[in-house]
Amino acid sequence: MVEGIHSPAQVSDWLGLGRILFLVIHLVGLAFLSYIVYRRLIPLLRGERDIRFDRPLTRVARVFQYWLAQWKHPRYRSAGILHILIFAGFITLAIRSFALVIFGLSDGFAFPGRVGHLYDMATDWAATVVFVCMIVAIIRRLYWKPARYAVPERYGKDHTADAVFLLGLIAMLMLCDIVFAASNAAAHAQQGGAVEPLAALSLPWLLNRALAATPVPALLNVRLGICIVHELTFYFLLCYRPFGIQFHVITSLFNVYFAKLDRGTVKPVRWGEANLDELESFGVKRFEDFTWKHMLDFYSCADCGRCSDNCPANAAGRPLSPRFLSIKARDYSFQHYPVFGRTSARQEALIGSIYSEDEIWSCTTCGACEEECPLLIEYIDKIVDLRRGQVDDGKVPQSIQRPLKALETRGNPYGKLEKKRADWTLDKEFRLSCKVRILDDKRSADTLYFVDSITSYDDRIQAIGRATARILDHIGENFGIMGALEKDSGHDVRRFGEEMLFVELSSHNVQAIKACGASRIVTADPHAYNALKNDYKDVPPVEHIAQVIAREMDDGNISFNPVRNANAVYTYHDPCYLGRHNKLYDDPRRVLDAIPGLRRVEMDRCRDRSFCCGGGGLMLFYEPKEDQRMGVKRVQMAADAGANVIVTACPFCMVNMEDAIKVAGMEGKMTAIDLAELVDEQIVRRVPTDTRDAMAEETVNV
Amino acid sequence: MEILVCVKRVPDTSENEITLNRAGNDIERDDLVYSVNEWDNYAVEEALQIVERLGGNVTVATVGGEDDEEILRREMAMGAKGSALISDEAFEGSDSAGIATLLKAFVQKNRFDLILTGVQAEDGAAQVGGMLAAMLDYPFASLVSSIEVLNEKKLRVTREIEGGNKELNETDLPCVLSIQTGINEPRYVGMRGIRQVASIVIPTLGASELGIDKNSVGKIAAKVQRTDYFVPVLGKGAEMLGGSREKVIDKVIELVKAKGGLK
Amino acid sequence: MTARIFAYVAHVNGVPDDAASELLAGAKRIDAAATPTAIVTGTGEELDAACRALQDSYAEIWKISNESLAYPNAELVRKALVAVLPPGSIVLLSHSHFGVDLGPGLSVKLGAASVSDVVDIQGIEGNILKVVRQEFGGQLSAHVRCDISTGAVINLRPGAFKPLQGASPAGGSVVDKSSAVGALSAGRRYLETVVAEAADVDISKEPVLVSIGRGMQEQENVAIAQELADAMGAVLSCSRPVVDAKWLPKSRQVGSSGQTVRPKVYMACGISGSFQHLAGIKGNPFMIAINKNPKAPIFQVADIGIVDDVLEFLPELTTKIRETVK
Repeated sequence: MVEGIHSPAQVSDWLGLGRILFLVIHLVGLAFLSYIVYRRLIPLLRGERDIRFDRPLTRVARVFQYWLAQWKHPRYRSAGILHILIFAGFITLAIRSFALVIFGLSDGFAFPGRVGHLYDMATDWAATVVFVCMIVAIIRRLYWKPARYAVPERYGKDHTADAVFLLGLIAMLMLCDIVFAASNAAAHAQQGGAVEPLAALSLPWLLNRALAATPVPALLNVRLGICIVHELTFYFLLCYRPFGIQFHVITSLFNVYFAKLDRGTVKPVRWGEANLDELESFGVKRFEDFTWKHMLDFYSCADCGRCSDNCPANAAGRPLSPRFLSIKARDYSFQHYPVFGRTSARQEALIGSIYSEDEIWSCTTCGACEEECPLLIEYIDKIVDLRRGQVDDGKVPQSIQRPLKALETRGNPYGKLEKKRADWTLDKEFRLSCKVRILDDKRSADTLYFVDSITSYDDRIQAIGRATARILDHIGENFGIMGALEKDSGHDVRRFGEEMLFVELSSHNVQAIKACGASRIVTADPHAYNALKNDYKDVPPVEHIAQVIAREMDDGNISFNPVRNANAVYTYHDPCYLGRHNKLYDDPRRVLDAIPGLRRVEMDRCRDRSFCCGGGGLMLFYEPKEDQRMGVKRVQMAADAGANVIVTACPFCMVNMEDAIKVAGMEGKMTAIDLAELVDEQIVRRVPTDTRDAMAEETVNV
Repeated sequence: MEILVCVKRVPDTSENEITLNRAGNDIERDDLVYSVNEWDNYAVEEALQIVERLGGNVTVATVGGEDDEEILRREMAMGAKGSALISDEAFEGSDSAGIATLLKAFVQKNRFDLILTGVQAEDGAAQVGGMLAAMLDYPFASLVSSIEVLNEKKLRVTREIEGGNKELNETDLPCVLSIQTGINEPRYVGMRGIRQVASIVIPTLGASELGIDKNSVGKIAAKVQRTDYFVPVLGKGAEMLGGSREKVIDKVIELVKAKGGLK
Repeated sequence: MTARIFAYVAHVNGVPDDAASELLAGAKRIDAAATPTAIVTGTGEELDAACRALQDSYAEIWKISNESLAYPNAELVRKALVAVLPPGSIVLLSHSHFGVDLGPGLSVKLGAASVSDVVDIQGIEGNILKVVRQEFGGQLSAHVRCDISTGAVINLRPGAFKPLQGASPAGGSVVDKSSAVGALSAGRRYLETVVAEAADVDISKEPVLVSIGRGMQEQENVAIAQELADAMGAVLSCSRPVVDAKWLPKSRQVGSSGQTVRPKVYMACGISGSFQHLAGIKGNPFMIAINKNPKAPIFQVADIGIVDDVLEFLPELTTKIRETVK
């Protein structure tokens, strides 16, 4: 800084103990903070194990992408920009804050030369920007009131007052910075010392002009006073952080670093425990059953509401709001593991106290919440863990007990006979056009078409199976199905918390797949696709039929006739487990766009913002409390986009869409078709050759 | 409270197609899935809820063979502590009275405060509970839809009667009750629970253990015997409408109108 | 045949149950020449009225009047019957909520055989009575032999035995057997009857019913049936599984443990046709059944049968009806 002006540390005439005062503030502040952080760590130390220390380079890269570069923030434009500015300002000022801490301790501390100058100017701007952002943010909260911040009655009182308090606190801190810089510069200027220029047009610069005529002693007093206020505010804010959503400022870096890397799969029942029979309890029943990372997630929730804003269950009026899963758990931990007072972990069941059963069963695991969260908070694993706890205690909704029992005894949720699993291939017309081989350890093929339960047994959905088989046949694929040897992939059994049944189904399938000798798997069912790709180990690589079609199209093996219905307007609905969880957005679209004359529009909510159809697998059996079906909302979105045909690539989406069209009374105005069905209709067919006839075998009923 | 629930292993009607076998004397059993009789499952859940509130144990027992062990295990996975398989060659072919005689012998070798059965099983006979009670000289109530334990000597029991009405009774303990479906929401039995009880040894009780005279049970003693199954000749039955759905709907409207069914 | 046949007849407010004529018909199936004796228990004027009402159909009526039998408590009735019935008797009961309560225990105390839920009687061969029962929810029937050498207690399925037509009045005599029965007590005591809450709708009075069963699959689909009912000016009713699943209140249940209905027209949608359900339908309405399963027992009793998916059929039917009515 400039010579001649005493640094606050040198001022002993005001308090007599200037330096000691600051020292005390710092020490006490830091001590407090340490204690508070330590108290907050206690529940994490009691939490379950979580393996998050692997692949450090990947994690660091993600920190750069999601934390530093604020990758997800712009998804909500104005709030995103606001936050990026605030964040940038904070990072800039953080250095300044620590500098001031040191500055208060030792004279002559300053950033060297030119860098110091630039830095000082940057901080002037930072303080200005953050201050203005705070004002804007407060106005947003009080007047514009974005819907996603609202707190529904059942979740308690509104958060606006707390938010405004926090924003005000930060604004005050910025103001301190600004006043300090301005008064400091003004004092220096009057004393005739070389003045470091303040950043032009920044608030310090403006204030500095205003203070130009103020007498120096007053300026010095102001400067000293504001320094103390700054210190106190700074430390108050710092220590206040672990008491609410503002905690995310401290925890966000760690939360992003430790965030889950493996998409699409579900965490094991207990990390590092291979022998599930040894465990005394499955799943999360009490708060302490959560892993430390999940507890960190609760601390890190910034209450932004983006998750719940995109949650389809929430939109449908189901009693689920992901945001409040986090907030309620956070409040629970604050209450039972307080900073001041005794830990009163009462080991009570979460479901029945802070969570309700319906809340937990309402989730379709679509992943919209996780996709949105800027802090990479995970929800699906928590819900699955909570469901595991319920299943362990026998508390499964009656409507799901029946299909679970059927899955156990018959390998499909409908309770239909195993030996009829391949009956969909027996359709008269179909048999003439396509022979489907049934594989086992004596009959093998290069490619396994994994059909899964709904396509095998549902009268309507069997058509998708036939279309898929015809497509594979058309491209000359050497393929077969497992027939009665195939059991349900268990994808949703796992996500509904019945882990042991999933283990049974999947181990059976893994063996059967090995026996049939296939080197790759194709499926038209995104749930099966996700299970085989992400849940199962030791199976050949799996593709969705959309990928196969796109590739064959590129290779010239598939070409299309002009679209049959030239007046129809098509829109593609991204299935959650094909799109969001596995990032397969483009292939289906390329296929549609390759059909001559096909008019396609996009819904507003598409790709990673696709709106779940209502859920698949066991969710089709569950009877939730809701205001409106998710599917109905979706078909309305399609209509709003100007479409009259919804194309989807998932049998569950198909069931939900067709159902919704009826319920919404849109029959005649909207239809749904599966991608495979559409392709099957539109493919330019070659005349069957002799070689292919020779390859095909008679389908045998197992 | 020590509660005995008598359970039976039956073909699951919702997940099976019940057809006649080729010989015509039994149902085709090859592809059948078996489970615990639905009524009995409600009874076990009710018993578990009672002991969860008041303390005690639930014992499940069945008359049958090795194959029937699986349902005892399933009910133990649900929470029953005791189990018994009442099995002996001499017991085969017992009618309801024979089954009740065997259960009576089992009851008399133990001490139970309350005995529950389901109202009926797949054969719809609905007899064992009432017979058992009379043999033991215990009070009996059928079609029970609600149980309230007043004290260790008395219960208040609600029976379902016609018209949706409820008949309230008071019974002394020990007594026998047959339980109606819908009395509660049975808890789920997961794979994990089943695996945990997979190796529990289930006591098997034969004629000598029960002190039973072999001539009083089994086929020898059965006064009621099924000779065969058959598919009833449908007689008049319904006039089945065929053709396109449109045609069927038109016909339906025509008929309903004629019968005065449309306002 | 030497064994006497008795028919226990229940009565309410002095009016004998419909089963009285069914039991009579059943007795005739056992032995065409038989003259069964009715047994009635109760007390006071109501009992006398019931006895008088039975004089046309039964040759002999045994009356047991006892204070404790004012309400038919099966445990007490059993004791009374055991006191008066001669050994080796055949006792016919209706397989109602009362018959289920009484029959099995009675057979034990009489040392007699017991067969329940009998849908047909084929006759006697020496000491063997041949009957027909159903199993697996009505999916299969079974021939059953019953040894009646020490008597029998037979529960007849309500509605399975059609009352005989054109029988001449029996001019029955009432025999008072009350003195043979002493003081009665039992380990079960009747407290009171809680009448089902008066519902918004009394389905037992409705002429046209649209009735749904498990075949509707989901609670949301109940609306589809409601729309049909609205279009027809009818009222929604259901079978037991629908009430167990809590899709509709108990007041809408048709069946032996629900309401007894006497409509003119009955649409059975997604109902399999278990006898407990059918037992609640009286008066032989015009019944149309829609069910996906061609083997559903309902098709045996309906007038018109349609094998189709209710979830698709009903909306189309509703639309067509609306167009017709316009």
